[in-house]
Amino acid sequence: MEKHIQTPITQDLAVTLQAGDMVYISGTIYSARDAAHKRMFEALKKGESLPIPLTDNVIYYLGPSPAREGRPIGSAGPTTSGRMDKYTPQLLDKGLRGMIGKGKRTEAIKEAMIRNKAVYFAAIGGAGALLSKCITASEVIAYENLGTEAIRKLEVKDLPAIVVMDANGNCLYQ
Amino acid sequence: MKTIQTNKITEMIKEMCIEANYFLTEDMKHRLDASYTEETDPLGRQILSILQDNLKIAGEEMIPICQDTGMTVIFMEIGQDVHFEGGDLNAAIQEGVRQGYEEGYLRKSVVKDPIERVNTGDNTPAVIHYEIVPGDKVTITVAPKGFGSENMSRIFMLKPADGIEGVKNAILTAVKDAGPNACPPMVIGVGIGGTFEKAAILSKKALTRNVEERSDKEWVKALETEMLEKINALSIGPAGLGGHTTAFAVNIETYATHIAGLPVAVNICCHVNRHSKRSL
Repeated sequence: MEKHIQTPITQDLAVTLQAGDMVYISGTIYSARDAAHKRMFEALKKGESLPIPLTDNVIYYLGPSPAREGRPIGSAGPTTSGRMDKYTPQLLDKGLRGMIGKGKRTEAIKEAMIRNKAVYFAAIGGAGALLSKCITASEVIAYENLGTEAIRKLEVKDLPAIVVMDANGNCLYQ
Repeated sequence: MKTIQTNKITEMIKEMCIEANYFLTEDMKHRLDASYTEETDPLGRQILSILQDNLKIAGEEMIPICQDTGMTVIFMEIGQDVHFEGGDLNAAIQEGVRQGYEEGYLRKSVVKDPIERVNTGDNTPAVIHYEIVPGDKVTITVAPKGFGSENMSRIFMLKPADGIEGVKNAILTAVKDAGPNACPPMVIGVGIGGTFEKAAILSKKALTRNVEERSDKEWVKALETEMLEKINALSIGPAGLGGHTTAFAVNIETYATHIAGLPVAVNICCHVNRHSKRSL
C-alpha cells in the first residue's frame, strides 16, 4: 500500500505500517551513522543526555556528500544499517520510533523493534541524487567535527521508502 | 622514450574522480535500461525506474550518483619506455584525488587509521596498483569503490579438488550473503587463481571490464554466463526486494596458480559500478 506519513511517528501510527508498504515520509528527521552512533552509545553509558530527541523520531543512516552553493545537501542515499545494530537496541528502548537505511538487521534489532513498536524503512541504496531532492533543509546540530558523519537535522518532503520490518516483526527481505 | 610531466597526471586523476562519480559508462547505463525492460516483478521495475531517474538527475544537476563516492582505487599501467618528470608520481596521483574530491563536491570517506578512525578530510590516500607494461603509453583507470558492497566481498582459498563446482558455490555464497546490503543489481568481479592477494586484485580489476563483453576464454565465458543466470534466479532483485535483476554481470579474470591451491576472490559492486579510463 502507498502511504504518506508525517514525522514524528506515534506508536499508534507505527503499528499501522506493514512490511511491504511504500511510504512517502515528510517532516523532521535526523541523520546519524557509524561514528555518531558510537558517540551516542558512549554518552548513554556515561549517563549523559543525547544531542537529539529520540521519542517518536526517525534516524536516517546517512552521510551526505557536500552541498553545492545554494543547495541544502549533496547526494543523500542510505548507508548499510547492519553496522548500527550494536548501538540500536538502546536507542529504541529510549523511544526511537523509526530508522531509514538499507539491508538486513539482526534478531536483537527485531526484538527491540517489537518491544518498542518501531519501524525500519529501506530507502533505495545508490539513489542518492534522487533522494537529495526530497531534502529541503539540512543543519548540522551535533558532532560537527565528524564531517559527513555529524548529526544533521533534516526537513524532508515525500522521501520514498519501503517498510521492510514492521512493529510486529514481519520482514520483507528473504 | 616518452616524457610525461607528473602535473599532467594530477590533472587527469582530478577530472577522472569527478567524471566517475557523476556519470556511468555506456555499458553500465545500457545494462540498467535493458534490465528495466526485462524485469517482470512490479516493485523491481519501479526500483529500476528510480535508478534510471537517479542517474539522469546526477548528470543533469551535478549531484553525485551515490553519496558514498568511495575510496579511490587506481590502476596505473605504465609503459616501460615512459619517463616521468616534475616530482613524485605517487604524490601527483594523491594530489589529483585530493583536488578531485574537493572541487567535485565528493564525500571524504577515508580515515587515516583503521582503529583510530580520524577522517583525513580529503579522501586520500587512494589505493594504487602499478603495472609495468611494454611501450610508451600510460593507461589510468580510476574506480571509486563504495563500501556497502565492498564489505560484502569475500575470498575463498579452495582446494584443487573443489574444482569448478567449488568456484560456483563460492560465488553464489558471497552473493547470497550480500543480499540487500550490497545495493543490487550488483556487478560481480571474480578473480580465480594466483595467490591470496593476486586473486583479490584480479577481482577488483574484473569490475572495471565492460559488463556487456564476455571473457575470450571458453570455460570462463561459460562460467560467467551460467553464474549470471544462477544469481538472477535467487530472487534477491533490485534493492533486495524481489525480482530477477539481482546482477547486471559476472566478470571473471584468471591467473596461473600453485599446484596446491585454488584461490577465488569475489569482489561485489553495487549498481553504481564506477570507473573512468584514459590513456596518454
